[in-house]
Amino acid sequence: MMENSKTPYAKAGLSWLLKMAWRDGRASGGKLVLFMASIILGIAAVVSIQSFGENLKDNIQLQSKALMGADYIIDSGKPPNERVTAIMDSLGGAHAKEINFASMAAFPKNGAAKLVQVRGIEGGFPFYGELETVPVGAAKEYQTQGAALVDATVMLQLGVKPGDSIKVGNITLPIAGSLKSVPGSTAIFSSVAPPILIPYRFIEGTGLIQQGSRVDYEYYFVAKEGADMEELDKVLDPQLDAEDADLDTHTSTSERLGRRYDNFGKFLNLVAFISLLLGCVGIASAINIYIKEKLRAVAVLKCLGATRKQTFSIYLIQIAAMGLLGGIVGTVAGILLQQLFPLLLQGLIPIEIQISFSFQAIAMGLLLGVLMSLLFALYPLIGTLYVSPLQTLRVGAEGAKKPRKALLLVSLGISLFVFLFALWLLKDWRYSLAFVGAILVTFSILGGVASIFMKGIKKYFPTSWGFTARQSLLNLFRPQNQTLTLVLAIGVGTFLISTLYFSKDILLDQASIESNADSPNMILLDVQAGQQTAVAKTIENSNLPVLADIPIITMRVESIKGVMANDIRKDTTSTINQWVLNHEFRVTYRDSLIASEDLEAGEWTSEVASRDLVPISVSDNFAEDAKVQVGDKLTFNVQGVLLNTVIGSIRTVDWSRMQLNFSIVFPKGVLEDAPQFRVLTTKVPNERQSALLQKELVKQFPNVSILDLRQVLSVIERLLEKISWIINFMAFFSILTGVIVLLGAVRTSKYQRIKESVLLRTIGAKSNQILKITALEYAYLGVLGGLSGILLSLIGSQLLALLVFKTSFVPSMFPFLVLFPGITLLVLVIGLLNSRSVIQSPPLEVLRKEGR
Amino acid sequence: MTKILNIHNLGKTYSSGSKELTVLQDISFDIETGETFSIVGPSGSGKTTLLGLCAGLDKADSGTIALCGTDLGNLNEDERALLRNQHVGFIFQDFQLLPTLTALENVAVPLELRGDRSASKRAVELLGKVGLADRIHHYPSQLSGGEQQRVALARAFCNNPSILFADEPTGNLDAETGEKVVQLLFELNKELGTTLVIVTHDLELAQKTQRILRLKGGRIIENQTVAG
Repeated sequence: MMENSKTPYAKAGLSWLLKMAWRDGRASGGKLVLFMASIILGIAAVVSIQSFGENLKDNIQLQSKALMGADYIIDSGKPPNERVTAIMDSLGGAHAKEINFASMAAFPKNGAAKLVQVRGIEGGFPFYGELETVPVGAAKEYQTQGAALVDATVMLQLGVKPGDSIKVGNITLPIAGSLKSVPGSTAIFSSVAPPILIPYRFIEGTGLIQQGSRVDYEYYFVAKEGADMEELDKVLDPQLDAEDADLDTHTSTSERLGRRYDNFGKFLNLVAFISLLLGCVGIASAINIYIKEKLRAVAVLKCLGATRKQTFSIYLIQIAAMGLLGGIVGTVAGILLQQLFPLLLQGLIPIEIQISFSFQAIAMGLLLGVLMSLLFALYPLIGTLYVSPLQTLRVGAEGAKKPRKALLLVSLGISLFVFLFALWLLKDWRYSLAFVGAILVTFSILGGVASIFMKGIKKYFPTSWGFTARQSLLNLFRPQNQTLTLVLAIGVGTFLISTLYFSKDILLDQASIESNADSPNMILLDVQAGQQTAVAKTIENSNLPVLADIPIITMRVESIKGVMANDIRKDTTSTINQWVLNHEFRVTYRDSLIASEDLEAGEWTSEVASRDLVPISVSDNFAEDAKVQVGDKLTFNVQGVLLNTVIGSIRTVDWSRMQLNFSIVFPKGVLEDAPQFRVLTTKVPNERQSALLQKELVKQFPNVSILDLRQVLSVIERLLEKISWIINFMAFFSILTGVIVLLGAVRTSKYQRIKESVLLRTIGAKSNQILKITALEYAYLGVLGGLSGILLSLIGSQLLALLVFKTSFVPSMFPFLVLFPGITLLVLVIGLLNSRSVIQSPPLEVLRKEGR
Repeated sequence: MTKILNIHNLGKTYSSGSKELTVLQDISFDIETGETFSIVGPSGSGKTTLLGLCAGLDKADSGTIALCGTDLGNLNEDERALLRNQHVGFIFQDFQLLPTLTALENVAVPLELRGDRSASKRAVELLGKVGLADRIHHYPSQLSGGEQQRVALARAFCNNPSILFADEPTGNLDAETGEKVVQLLFELNKELGTTLVIVTHDLELAQKTQRILRLKGGRIIENQTVAG
């Protein structure tokens, strides 16, 4: 026997693998364009959100002082007591001070009235950032001129110009200019009561600081160079808390604000990530087909002496490179895209955002591009390991089957990666686990629907149907069908968009005012005890009903279960929530429960004759925070008079309803003579009536504040509208990715279709019949995917509403009437457009093309 | 003369569902270095299976195969691949060129796999020998069937193989082109001293080899030395 005479040759190294990957990819580029597109879109969505979030965080931090207008603020709901004054003096005294409250303002020029936030300012506020006014000089001059700065939108709405006057309470001031922005306030959040700035010295003259008025006292400080804000916060905040005052530093405020936007950013990031995952379904499907086409080449390479590892590596390198390239293009697109966000978020964010490069986002985009591509391509890629070189000789020869363990490992790898990414975003393993769980459930249900559908058709095949209908159904489970991929792509896209719509419905439902005749839509606040009859008469004179006349008495908790509030504060082991001890409660008395309340424990007392140990009712959250139960004793300080009470009942209160709800309710017969003010409610039928009544009331009762709930609702709607814009923007990516996956799926099955339809046409089928078969097939897929997505989303949203919001909601019709037919049509059009060549070209031409 | 291929008591069975199908049994023969050898037989006689086993593309169920002095039964798939790369060349009925590589790249692959830096030079040289010097940058889809088989020939000889296996090398070609390819095949065989094993239906082609092995029903029915 001949001995092996040749020495073993050096194996081809990495450079050959790279060369082969490049050579093969160069000629297959076109086939991978859609694969790249799926990556690009997903990465663009994730990077744009991530990068914008980073920029927002940086900007908030950089502009933290401008957000507050000072280094720190001490504020309180009452005039500072001696102790607070002493603390402020020890800090060198405030550099500026402010009193603010909500009130009605009247514009004598046209008699219009509007609820505003009156801010009386003294000193150089703002010390950072600026008051933006028109004319520019007005920001400085209003103090010396003794004039007012009025919110620009209010001026525009009411047709008021600089030089006109504004009446606040008992005083009338000229308007120095319109106020475009104040440090730290956002257009949309301040639109219920837009700001009016007047010099501090006029506040007293307004006569609006009265019993029961909600007034805020704020003192602005500029810190000395190098002062430690955290230390200041740590030392002074507890001391000030004990005196019902509060210290906010620019750093703590910006951190709080940062956290608020961060949460929203995380949510958007997850939405973007879902669109990336959807793109990954496209990757998996594209690579699956791509690798199937390459198996023969793998067999040839093995035949020529390439090892399993080498052939596997060639395609692994190719896919990693595509992922990297997709990651680069996607990252660049994402960075460009984020420039749009400040426009979308206008009015929501209190700062101007300077967009800069976020290296974290760039690194993440590139890493995600490569990792997601590899992870989702891995399972089809593993197939190359099991290709037998014998396939070069026998077309049907099969290598070993891919082991189930490989599929399991790849699925685990993908789930782990999704979990880790979610964990990195959310920093909470439970939420991340829930996210992965929800994704798995959604994908499994949609996948399950597709497979049940296919099995169902096979089992109960409608043999009596006409030729075209039968043929189109058969196409859904032909070999290499794309039914699962398409149902997933269409389903997930539809699911996302409809969930966004339904969530908006839930939120709006929560906020909406019940439209039955008894529910008020206008609330009159701060009505003094003596004014109540006259105010009620004014309402009735306008032919409007007084729906409720609610008395309000302010009081504080003096002791709980016999322990003085002060002692509880000092007791470090006490679990009683501090707000219960510090809060000035606005309490009412009445003889019955109202619609938003349910009795949870104890017995409701309507009326009592004696003031000894009054049986009161507290809300469930109060009972929980004050650690009290039915039968426990509470003592209240009602403006100097101590009142002993016992908890007679505990109520659950639906705070989300737009009506006046109370933590503490007294029975009738106790507080009637206590110093009190009243809240009156009415229902106005339209905008004009509302304006007329407001005008009349402000003229007669300048201290009464009027809250038009419809206006509040419209602000909430506008806010949700803004937010949903951004969410829709992200959902758009999912849809676009879905379309690309769809395009890829249609194209990969195109050649199969061409063969079939050519055969059909050769044996005499008309173009029309082929068109119908194709159209019907895509219509089935569109309906199946779209409907499953919407229904799944409806079930999910109802569960969310029931379990989280404890409510049910009426879903809007948009997903059913617009989204569903829209998606079905889109699938149909894409399907038909891509099959044009199949339908239009003569059989021989197609056959020739095929042969080439 | 030394034996380049030694087959002893070879057997191969495929299972299809619950049925077992014996494709080859009791096959024993030797091939000398530099010999030209053909395997003929009707469809389903086991010719291609035998070729696949001889070249180490599949594993035998029983018996032994020694290729270039190495017992294939002791090698795993990657070791067999390495052996093929070092000693074996292939010609297929349907050419089996890599569609995404040019003619030059296709021919260079076996040498590149060895890490041979002169792969391209040698590929150009061989493509010139098979008359395709002006087509080296064409993709397979841009070449005719005959041209593709000539590229395959160049690839098969590129690594200077000890033994070349050809599976119906003219099966997909018209008579005239087939004749040219066969001529080229034998010329290269002679010039490079390569052992040639051809599987074919074409008795005329078989007659051109020094020995003919006839198979029927998976067994050898004749091992004939061709006169002349």
